[in-house]
Parts: sequence; structure tokens; C-alpha cells
Amino acid sequence: MVGAPRGALAIIGVVRTSMGIFKLIVRRVLLGVFTLLVVSFAVFALTNLLGDPVQRLLGRGALPEVVKAKRAELGLDRPFFTRYFEWLKGMLTGDPGNSFSNGDAVMDIVGDRIKNSLFLMFVASMVSIPLSLFIGARAALRRDKSFDRVTSNQMLIFAAMPEFVVGAFLTVLLATNVWHVFPATSRIRPGEAPWSDWKGVILPAITLTLAVTPHVSRTMRAAMIEVLESDYVEMARLKGLPERAVLWRHAFPNAVGPTLQVIALNIAYLAGGVVVVESLFNYRGIGIALRDAIPVANAPIVQFIAMFIATIYVVCNLLADLGAILVTPRLRTRLQ
Amino acid sequence: MSAEKPAGVWRSSLRLWRTRIGIALVLLLVGVAIVGPWVAKFSPSEFAGTPNTRHVPGTWLGTDYLGQDVVSRFLHGGRSILWMASVSTLLGFVFGAAIGLVAAYNRGRLDDVLMRGMDILLAFPQLLLALVALTTIGPEPWLIITIVAFTTMPRIARITRGATVPVVERDFIGAAEALGESRFRIITKELLPNVTGPLLVEANLRLTYSIATIAGLGFLGFATEVNAADWGQMVQENRTALTVAPWGTLLPAFAIALLTVGTGLIADGVSRTVAGVDRGRPDA
Amino acid sequence: MSGTMQSRENVALEIRGLRIDVAESGADIVDEVDLTIRRGEVLGLVGESGSGKTTIGLAVLGHARRGVAIHGGTVRIGDRDLNGLDAKELRSVRGKLVSYVPQDPGTALNPALRIGKQIMEVLETHGFGANQAEREARVVEVLSEVMLPGVPEFLRRYPHQLSGGQQQRVGLAMAFACRPAVIVLDEPTTGLDVSTQTHVLQTIRDLAARHGVAALYVTHDLAVVATLADQVAVMYAGRVVEQGSTADIFANPAHPYTRYLVAAAPEMDGDRQMVGLVGRAPSPGKRPVGCAFALRCELATEECVAEFPAVTDVGTDRPHQVRCVHAFGVPDRTALRVASTARVARESEVALSIRHVDAGYSGTNVVHDVSFDIQRGECVALVGESGSGKSTLSRSIGGLHREWTGEIVLDGTPLEKSSRNRPVAQRLSIQYVFQNPYSSLHPRRPVAESIARPLAIAGVDAREAAIEVDRMLERVSLGSAYGSRYPDQLSGGERQRVAIARALVSKPHMLICDEVTSALDVLVQAAIIELLVDLQRDLGLAMLFVTHNLPLVRSIAQRVAVMSDGKIVELGDTAQTLRHPQEEYTKRLLADTPVIPTFSND
Repeated sequence: MVGAPRGALAIIGVVRTSMGIFKLIVRRVLLGVFTLLVVSFAVFALTNLLGDPVQRLLGRGALPEVVKAKRAELGLDRPFFTRYFEWLKGMLTGDPGNSFSNGDAVMDIVGDRIKNSLFLMFVASMVSIPLSLFIGARAALRRDKSFDRVTSNQMLIFAAMPEFVVGAFLTVLLATNVWHVFPATSRIRPGEAPWSDWKGVILPAITLTLAVTPHVSRTMRAAMIEVLESDYVEMARLKGLPERAVLWRHAFPNAVGPTLQVIALNIAYLAGGVVVVESLFNYRGIGIALRDAIPVANAPIVQFIAMFIATIYVVCNLLADLGAILVTPRLRTRLQ
Repeated sequence: MSAEKPAGVWRSSLRLWRTRIGIALVLLLVGVAIVGPWVAKFSPSEFAGTPNTRHVPGTWLGTDYLGQDVVSRFLHGGRSILWMASVSTLLGFVFGAAIGLVAAYNRGRLDDVLMRGMDILLAFPQLLLALVALTTIGPEPWLIITIVAFTTMPRIARITRGATVPVVERDFIGAAEALGESRFRIITKELLPNVTGPLLVEANLRLTYSIATIAGLGFLGFATEVNAADWGQMVQENRTALTVAPWGTLLPAFAIALLTVGTGLIADGVSRTVAGVDRGRPDA
Repeated sequence: MSGTMQSRENVALEIRGLRIDVAESGADIVDEVDLTIRRGEVLGLVGESGSGKTTIGLAVLGHARRGVAIHGGTVRIGDRDLNGLDAKELRSVRGKLVSYVPQDPGTALNPALRIGKQIMEVLETHGFGANQAEREARVVEVLSEVMLPGVPEFLRRYPHQLSGGQQQRVGLAMAFACRPAVIVLDEPTTGLDVSTQTHVLQTIRDLAARHGVAALYVTHDLAVVATLADQVAVMYAGRVVEQGSTADIFANPAHPYTRYLVAAAPEMDGDRQMVGLVGRAPSPGKRPVGCAFALRCELATEECVAEFPAVTDVGTDRPHQVRCVHAFGVPDRTALRVASTARVARESEVALSIRHVDAGYSGTNVVHDVSFDIQRGECVALVGESGSGKSTLSRSIGGLHREWTGEIVLDGTPLEKSSRNRPVAQRLSIQYVFQNPYSSLHPRRPVAESIARPLAIAGVDAREAAIEVDRMLERVSLGSAYGSRYPDQLSGGERQRVAIARALVSKPHMLICDEVTSALDVLVQAAIIELLVDLQRDLGLAMLFVTHNLPLVRSIAQRVAVMSDGKIVELGDTAQTLRHPQEEYTKRLLADTPVIPTFSND
């Protein structure tokens, strides 16, 4: 997780030194596409290193002819680059291939797991974003008072601990040992919606929320303090504006801009973080799929999930950049 | 007037209680890791009694899922995580800081190329990289260190660049350039000493995350050896028996928590000091 | 300082016994402040940075910044004492009865709000007018009062879409919107070019007079005060040490500090020498019981140190109050007249020759075909407004800016573009002193090390270098004991002396001074100019003195080059050019530059 809104500042720098905003947006999009291409190649190459899936499928004693036939069936006998471009084409046209282990379409296997993971991320985001904006803004307003001190120390602790440790503590506290409020593991059956076992969503969601909230709230607090100390907020007070208008009209909108970047980074982080958390709570999402696919060298599934996570990262960053442009008149007016 | 060198960020940060508590926590766990293996009653994989049992004669906190002594495994489990986290952070730090400094000083094309490269590294799902590489090559310590260093580097590079750019614009860099000082000297002697504060903060933060990542890999089953006494792996192995034998999970979890909170507190103390120093600067 | 002998009827603002503290330590930032301003009158509150003038300005609106607390005294506007009001009452007063114009409108306008909204919200908050239509009409009216177009297209702009001068006019419009009784202006023209400054000052004067507003004008610039204010109050270390009518203050300064201030102010024509003063005012918490200026005052006696001097009125027909024991016995510093200090025997040998130089950034030229020579032992001043290209030119000569074409020849040898490509001897013989002494020294290195660096590059051995560094420190009047100090232990003036020592240690032929005094207070500025004049004469240096401050030029340069839009528009003898400018641009620049007029001693 990156704690500073460097991206937004970087954009401002770029705009000042060159071209218009439209060109800038095009450049950001192209850069995102380029990033995904590089990542796709690296992912494809790496997953090919996983080992020979045919050996794992058929066992060591398999006859050479059978192995050869299986390789041809999976398309593994063709050159590396041919397979890469074919795979890339498939990814772009919505056909990420078939599982090596049973031949089912990757989308059929991973589809509802992605839905489950997205649901978990959505719940965690919906709780953590407003919560952290609130905590950050309030801590800035009550700077060095007890609310600020208590929350910043709590946030520090949650930011430091790895998710699986936080999750383990939560399990002991709320599921297995102290109170028995929520189940320690989730049980979503294949084909069922993630909210069919809503109680099982709660602990993983809290864990992810605790992982993300500290970073966003800390950024919000810092941005808000900077804004509150700005000349224009002092000026608003010297104009005799009611405190409500000072905060909501003058301070808050200027603090959200830099915070957007960190929010985006943290949503992107969630996409990776779910892997560990899902594994801890046996939540039926991409994390479990990944855990099961890697040891058997089931490359198509690993590749698809990797590209899913990378795409979320790139898209979130792009949205954050565009968001920063929208809330910053200095950037936005370049469009006209 | 006595001419004392302005107190370094590190020394000043020691005045804060949070830094002191952080250091105490880290020292405590480093102590456990170093001394632990000598004072442990059992070897890490020695059978001590009935598996998953809270009260076993001869043990303090019972046995784990294989009937091994929880306390002994805890005492053995600190070294690997500590040295791997330290070395990987150090490597990521050295390369990241070098890239950030060079990018900030040179600006222009080189800056663009270096930082876009770092952005691509950031976009790469690091956990996935780790899982695939470790499955392929095996959970070797050097591999874990390389991967963690690789994910640390771009973040350090970004922070370093961000902290260096305003220093590059200050006039004493212009003064050095007018004298024709070499690039290397400007980077090492003029720029580096003026960004130590933010770098120190980031190094501590990154150490915190490296510990968390390596512990997380252990938790996902990528400890350096099967049935290794590894804090992360211990949490994974024993969590199904939480109700009957909670200590098998809780003891290593506490260890990781205290260690990361310790380094986090140090980072926070240093960062508060840096902020204070920045605010007190007359030309700020 | 009380004692208004005239009627109290027209008094708009009355401050009595105001004390403002550092909240934590209780150290006084300002104390015993008494000020009175009548309707339609402008009071200039003059002081160096850190003297507490802005703190007073904010206190007039009942505002204290974080960590600062208003301790006692009264701030009376009409029949209300602002120090007795609660937060809600204060809000109803601010912007309506008393308003504020900030120093830097670039940061004081909200970047995310359209300027129409920013003016409108003052009116809405204070319920100005009967309805929205009246308020909208008032926005248009007040914009025309500050000479901005009140058209919808303009109202919809964001602050960054305005020029600096327009931004400051918006600041004025916000302040005048509700027709307040009192207005506080905190250095509102700092950072504006002189022509813009002149127009903004004119607007302020007109509005204050037309609407009978009492204005408190906070500034460090004596020339601005002299042209704008009716009354002047001079601050030193948190106290008002002298106040009276503008004419009295400038014609008969009674406090030694005021005398120094007036003497240090650069003069456009005439032949008065600028006189500087070393040292700095003590900061809050470190102030003595007695007169804070006693530490630097040549008249100081035991009496001065014992307690803070009471008010003495030295005025004849109108009040002119001084806080000085020796109020009647201060020698007139302005009487120091020197034929012309900056007149140095000119040698005919050319030190630096600039031939057909064009310079720019990524293809856009900001310097166009500039050619001139600097003789050995001669100082040429390069004068221009911001954006004129003067800094780009000087940085090109210094090897800091590489995008230029043409030829720059030093002692007969053409220079390479980048300093790194120049031979060592050449690098050392052109030296550069930067504008901001707070950023030109390596913060984590003792100053002796910084000064010794050019010698190390020249290959001088460490022991010899140390001796040379000590000699240089003595030469810039710091003393060798300063060598082991770090920059943050030095004042701005001391740092600039260190920077000068570093530039001169390698015995250069050519010294480039890039706005070297613009970050310094006026007394320190004068002292640095004295030092440079001295050094230039003794060492026979060729010097390029870059500045935007036209009056400063007369004290240091033999010739002046006026630069505008990247071209040298006029180049000639300093005294001649300042008295009889030939070019239109120079004439306008001279006309716009505020100077202290001659006040007769009656």
C-alpha cells in the first residue's frame, strides 16, 4: 500500500509542463494498456514456469504416446509465442480458455468466485471509505485532542499487523473462543450468491476493512490538516463564514482530491488482499481458486486471476487520476 | 554560541515515547529470536504429547496439531522471519533509494523511464508473483528475499524521488553545479543527507510490511521448509483447533503482531519527528 | 500610545494596550500596542519580518493563529470591543464591520470555488441587501469599484485563471463587499510587479477615501508607506516604537531604529548613501526587559536596559510619539551624504563579454539577442520585472542554464554552456550568489566546509584552505568562529555573508549576484550592499547585479541594463539612466516604482 497521493501531484506537474488535459488522459489510458500488456506477458511466462501440467495430470508412469496426445489436446505442443498471442486474443475477446485439469471453461470455474470476491471487496470498500473519511476529517478537526490520539494509535496498530493476524484475533474474539457471534468459516455453495451466507461474509469483511481504513484515514487526516491550515480557510473564517460553510464548502472538497488516489490504491490492494483473507476464512473466492490451481500447474486459471487483479489495479489508478482531475478546477478547466 | 550539529532525525525521534516503546518491542522479539532456540525445551519437531491439547505435562501452553510443544516452536520460529525481512528490506531500500535519487536529480527522459518502470512493477500483483515463483522454484530463502525486495524497491523509489525533487530545486544544488561537482557527488553528498528523514520513515514502514508479507507467505504455506517452526505457518496449521488449543495460533500471532506494531511505532515516531523538523524550518 | 488631541468623533479603530502571546509559553509576541485610525485614513504599520505586525493585523479581526493567544487589551471598532466578543459575535463582525486583505491572494482564494461565489458568500453570510438580486448587483458594483469586469463570464472563473493583480483585486472586492468600517491590508502588493503594485495601491487609496474606510496597511516597505499612508507606526520586536504623521516620521525620525530604517531605504536619485545595521531583533521569549533595540543601538545607556521606555511626544503641533529615552538626542543618519560610493575607477579591460545571446526553455526563447560587456572592476546592474529573462541570462552565464546560443566570453575565452564542461579555473573564476540564503547553503554541513569546497576543487590542500576560509569569514565580518556553525544557527543576513564568502574564496574575476537581497529585511539588505560595494572595490571584481529593485541599483552599480521581454531596452550610466531615462519602458518603470518622497522638515 502506498500512503502518499503522489499520483495527483505528478499529474499537476505534467500538466504544467506540457500539453492539454485531453492528451494527458489519453496518455494515462495508453500507459495503463501498456502496463497491462507487460504484466500479461510476465504472467504468461511465469505460469509457464509452473511446471508441466500434463505430468501432474497423468502421473509419472504415463505412456509417452498418451502424454504426447494430452499435450496436443491442451495445445501445449505449439511454440511459446503462438500460445501467448492466442491466449491474449482469448482474454481480449472474453474467452480465457479452459482449465487444464478438467477441460471446463475458465469462466465457468472462476466466474462466480470472482463475483464472490468482488462482493467481499465491495462490502469492505463501502464500509471503509466513508468510515476512514469520517475518522480522518474528524481527527484533523480535533487535532491532538483525545479522538485524534486514540484513533491514530488504533489506526497505527491495524496498519502494522498483517491481515491474517488481525483475522485470527477476530476469529478468537468473535467466533471461536470469547464470543460465538459469527462463524469462523464461510460456507457459500457453488452457484449460490455470496449473501446466501451473509454471516460468513462479516468477519472477512471486517478484516479487510481494518486493513484499508488506516491508510485512507491517515491520508485524509493529513490532507485535511493541510487544508485547514491553508490561507483560504483562514480567509473564509476572516470573512465571517459560519464554521459549517468553512468546513463543507472550503475545507472538505479540497481535502478529498488528494485522498482519492490513496482510496484507489487501497481498493486495488484489496484485490490482492482478498487472497489471504479468503484463505483464512475459507471464503469461496479467487483466493481459494488460486490456492488450488497453483500446485497443479493449472495455468489458465492462475493467468486469469492474475490479470483480473492487475486490471483492477490499473483501472483504479486511472479512475483516481480522472477523479482528481474532476475535483480540481485547475486541472479540469484545461479541458475547455 | 556552541556549534552543535543539528540533532539527527533518529536521535530526536528517541525523545518520543512511541519510538521508545517500538524499539522495546522490536528488541524483545529480536531477543526471543536470538536466544529462543537455546532456551527452548524441545526441538521444533519433537513430539511432546497428545496433539492439540491445552494442558500437557512438561509444556507451558500445550501442544500443536502434531503434538509438538507450542512454546518451543514459537522460540525457534523468529529467526527466519527476522533475517529475511531485514535483508529484503535493506536490498529493496538500497536499490529503490538509488533509483529515486537518480530519477529526481536527472529529471527528463531518464526520470520518466525509471519511474514508469517502477509503476509497472507496482501494478504487478506481488502476492501472485510470490506464489507462482515459490511454487515453481520452491520456497528458498533467497527467492523470498528477492521477491520481497522487488516489491519494496518501487515504493521506496517513489518516496525517495518525491522527497528529493524539492531538494534538487534548492539553490545549494545550483551552487554545487556551478562549481562543476560530479553527478555522483551531488547525489551522495548533497542530496542524500537531506532526505534521510523521509527515507528513515519509509525504511521502517517497509520493514513492517516485509515482515507482514513474509509472515503471510508462511501462512499461505510457503515457509522455507515443510513443518518449519515459522510464526506464519504456525497460525495456518493450528487455526482449525482454535477452540481446544488456542495458543498454537495465538502465540505466533501475538509475536507477529508485536513485531509489526513495534516497527510501525518506530516509523511513526520518526515520521512525527520529520514533520516537526519540517515545520520548524525557517524557509518552509 | 494614546493622546489623540483631535476630536474622537471620527475614530474608526482604536487599539489600547493590546498584548498577544505565544499560547504555550506565554512569551509576548506583541505588547503595549496603542493605535488609532480615523475614518478615511490609512495607517501604515511598518516592521521587519517577525516584528509582530501581521499578528496585530489579524487581532483587529479578533483572530489569532494556531498557537497564538490574544492576552489582553481592547480592539474597539465603533462601540464594540472585539476582544470581548464570543465566536458567534465575532463571525457577525468579520467581513462586515472589519475585513481583511491577505498577503498572497494566490493562496488565500479557494482554488475550488468560482470567484463570483467567493465574493457572493460574504454578502450572503452577512445578509447584505434585501434579496439575491440586490446582492448580485452589489457583486457587479464592487468588482467595478476594484476595476474588474462584473460580467458573468468573469464571475465564473476560478482563481488560477486570473493574473496575480486580478487575484488581489478580487481580494479587495471581497473585503469591500459589505462596506466595512475598517479594513486590514497585510502586505497586499508583495509579489506583484511594480506597475501592478502601483495600480492596486491607487485603488486602495481611492476606495478608502471615497467610502470613509479606516485602513491598517501592514508592510515592510517604507516607500509604499510613504506614498500611501497618512499615519505611520513603526514596530520593533513586538512594540510600537514610534508613531506619527507620515511627514513627521520621514522628515524627523525620532527613534534610532526608525532613523536606521529610513537611512537603509534605497534612494532613486540624490546622493545619499545606504546605511545598514548588523544583528537582528530578539524573538518572542528572548526579549529583554528594557528597550529591545538597545542591543544594536549606539546610543544605548543603562537607562535603556533598565525598563521599556515610556512614551515621549516630540511633536510640535500634532502628536509624534516615540518610545526612546534619547528621543531628543538622536543623530540624523539621513544626513550622511557621500559623493557617490559606487563610483569606482573603471579599467578599460573587458572581463565578460556577452555577444548575441538567445536563451530559452524547450524551444521558447525568453532572452533575445542580448549583447553587452562588463569591464574589470565594474558592476553592471541587470534590472527587470519578473519574466523579463534576467535570471535566465544570469544563469546562462553561470553555467546553470544550458539552452542558449551565441557567445559568452570570459577573459578572452568563450565559455562552454554547462559548468561541468568548463575547465576548473574558469568555473572558479565565475561565481554565483543566489537569491535565497535559506536554500543556498547545504543545511547539514558546517559553513566552513561549504566555503572550503571551491578550494578543494581547485586542489588547495586542507590546511591552507582552512586559513583561507578563516580569512574570508573575517572579510565578510563574521569572524572565523562562525566556521563551525550550521546554516540554521545563522540569520538570513549572516547566511548571505557566508554565501558571499563561498563565492569569493576562490578569487574569481566575475561575480553574479542574483537578487541577493530580496529575501532580506531592509537594514540587512543595506548592510549586504555595503559589504558588496566594499568587496568589489577592494578586489577589483567585475560584477553582474541582477535585481527587480530599481532604487537599489544606484547604490551599487556604475552602469545599468534594463531588461524587458528578453531584450535589453536601455543600457547606460546608472545616475544618468535613473535621472534621464531615454526609453519609454524605463520611464514607466521609474514612474511606477514607489520612492520615499522628500518631506520638508517643518
